[in-house]
Order: sequence, then C-alpha cells, then structure tokens
Amino acid sequence: MAEAFKFELVSPEKLLVSEQVESVVIPGAEGEMTVMAQHAPVMTIIKPGVVTIKTAGGKEERFVVFGGFADILPSGCTLLAESATHVNDIDRADLARRIQEAKEDAADAKDDESRSKAEQFLSQLTTLEGALLPA
Amino acid sequence: MASLKDLRNRIASVKATQKITKAMQMVAAAKLRRAQEAAEAARPYSERMGAVLANITQAIGGGGDAPALMTGTGRDDVHLLIVCTAERGLCGGFNSQIARLARDHVRRLLADGKQVKIICVGKKGYDILRRDYASMILERVDLREVKTLGFVNADAIARKVIHLFNDGGFDICTLFYSQFKSVISQIPTAQQIIPAGQASATAETGNGATAVYEYEPEPGEILSDLIPRNIAVQIFRALLENAAGEMGAKMSAMDNATRNAGDMINKLSITYNRQRQAQITKELIEIISGAEAL
Repeated sequence: MAEAFKFELVSPEKLLVSEQVESVVIPGAEGEMTVMAQHAPVMTIIKPGVVTIKTAGGKEERFVVFGGFADILPSGCTLLAESATHVNDIDRADLARRIQEAKEDAADAKDDESRSKAEQFLSQLTTLEGALLPA
Repeated sequence: MASLKDLRNRIASVKATQKITKAMQMVAAAKLRRAQEAAEAARPYSERMGAVLANITQAIGGGGDAPALMTGTGRDDVHLLIVCTAERGLCGGFNSQIARLARDHVRRLLADGKQVKIICVGKKGYDILRRDYASMILERVDLREVKTLGFVNADAIARKVIHLFNDGGFDICTLFYSQFKSVISQIPTAQQIIPAGQASATAETGNGATAVYEYEPEPGEILSDLIPRNIAVQIFRALLENAAGEMGAKMSAMDNATRNAGDMINKLSITYNRQRQAQITKELIEIISGAEAL
C-alpha cells in the first residue's frame, strides 16, 4: 500500500477533485510523469491529455484536460487545468470543435514560431482524440 | 381631483407593477445564489494561480527574461481600460457606478496628456461611455447570449487584449469591475492587470513559498505561458464578481421598487376610500334633505 497524498484538480470554473490519492499520471509538456507521495517539488506545464488518478481507496479515475500546469510538492499536488472533464462526460463534438479551431489557428499563424506551436497543439489534440475514441 | 374610476385604474396598474418588480426580485435572488456559487467555485483556481505565479516570479528574481506582459513596456503613454458592466439595466446604480469610476479615470488620464482606449464588456457600460468617449471605444464585447459565464468567454477577451498588447496597442491595462462584497454593497474597483508583475508578487511572497522547485520546461517559458492565463483568470474573476454584484444590486433595487409600490398602493387606497366615503355621505345628505323638504 503506497503512501497517500493530497491531490487537487482545479479548473477556472470549479474544484473538480480534492482528495487523498496514491498516484497521479500527468501529461507533462516534456513527457508523461507519475506523481507519488514525497515527489520532489516540480512545476510543469501540461499538454492536452488524460490525467489518471489512483485514489487511496484503490479506485481509478480518468480526466481529460486541455492544457494547464501542475504544481507538485512532497506534500501534495495541484493541477490547474484550463478545462477539465471526466472521461465519461467527454463530449466528442466538443473535442472535434477544438481540433477544428486548432487547425484554423495553425493555418492562420503568421510566423514560424506560432505556427509550430499551433501545430504542436493540434497534434496533441489529435493524439488525444485517437486515445479516447475506442474508449 | 381624480374620479373614483381613475383611482381604481391607478391602483390596479401600480399593483401590476408591484407584481413585476416582486417577480424580478425573486428571479434576481435565485440568480444571485447561482452567481455566488460560481464565484466561489472559481476562487481556488485564482488563489492557486496567484501562489504559483509568486513562486515563479521569485525563482526568476526579476531577471531580464521576464516577459513584457509582466514588466510592461517601460512607458505609460497609452492606456487601455476594460470596463465590465452588466448587460441589463434595472439594477440600481450598479452600472453607472462602474462607468463613473471609469470616466473619472479617463478624465484624469486625458488631463495628463495620455492616450486612452476602451474596451467595453457589457451593453450598459457601452451605452454610458459612448456618449462622451465614443471615439476611444475600440470594441464592445457582447455577453448577452451567454447563459452561464464560462472561462472561454474571459479567455476570448484576454486573447484580444494580449494580441493588442503584442502589437504595441497600449502600455498599461486597467480592468474596471464591481467587487462583490455583499448583497447590498458592491464596490466599483479599478485593477491594473498589465503590467502585472509587482502587485501580485509582493502580495504573495509573505506566504513564504520556500520550496526549491524544479521547472519543466524553464521558468521563463512557464511564465510566458502563465501570465496570459493569469490575465484571463483575472478577467474571469471580474466577470463573475460582476455577475454576482449585478444580481445583488438588482435584488435590492427591486426590493425597493416593490416597497415603493406598496406605499403608493396604500396612499392611493386611502384617497380612494376617502372619496368613496365622501360620495356616500353626499348622497345621504341629498336623500335626507330631500325627505326633510317634503
């Protein structure tokens, strides 16, 4: 039985999760990472992806987040998501709309930097869609 | 003197008005509760955001790589005012209070020879400011169709503002909204959001976030991602506070209106009854004097 720590998932609209968990998988900007208790303090940007939470009770819950950042301390972890939804509640039309918007952004981008950024975001979104569709 | 029939009509119409204001008050009360809940639900995010931001600012230590959104352009010639008001009226002095604060600010800036640009969020503020400063209003954000205020709305506004900033459209940005203190008191507030740096940093360092963080990617990069988001969060909070404040103001305004209507009905009823009595007495006198004459 792993040690539990406090995890909070917050979106601008509300506090989605605030409970004791065993581990959390976060889609960091530079690769996925699993956070457990006593993790070294890290602050990272997160990319669109799935956050998997293993609660202290052994239950597993998954949330889809669209960007944001995580603040990890040995005593707990706070995830500030731009928008977050439970996997069960994800709306495919909404996802498709986001992808469409990202495509437009990529097409509209003026300079190389913003275009590569938009394209990166788009590819992250499509990966996410691919990961979710069979579910 | 109004006739009995006129009085009766008058009372009926005031009663109808009272019913409407009463209903509006109750609707506002229900909406207020929801708006308050939304404002409270959004609080953790902005709090954590503030803490994280302070933390990173500390890590960077005001170094040269802080983004311009934080340090400013170094000038203060062009000011952008974002004036957030309600979309609807009938809420007492709520909208005019915010507009007055903004107008005083504009006047002061103009007196100092600065250039002023305005973005109006909400119809009422636009209507008021348009009279004096129509040429300065860049655009007007309409949220009337929006049923529940989402972060996307705030994000859209923030994006416009940041875009404008990057194009060198302004140097300093101030947000005008009404702080929701309680149902009966909303305080119009001016808050500088760009450059953001100093104010938020000094406020939070007292909490002593001493942990030495690892950053992934570099702090500067995180910061450049964080600051625009923070601006959106500030605007979002302003919009939510405004929504709650509007409903609070509307509730008390409609409560007053209902009470005034009640007073008016009482007064009219007394006049009506008196006149009716006078008429009855007059008729009686006529009958009695007629009988006496026989």
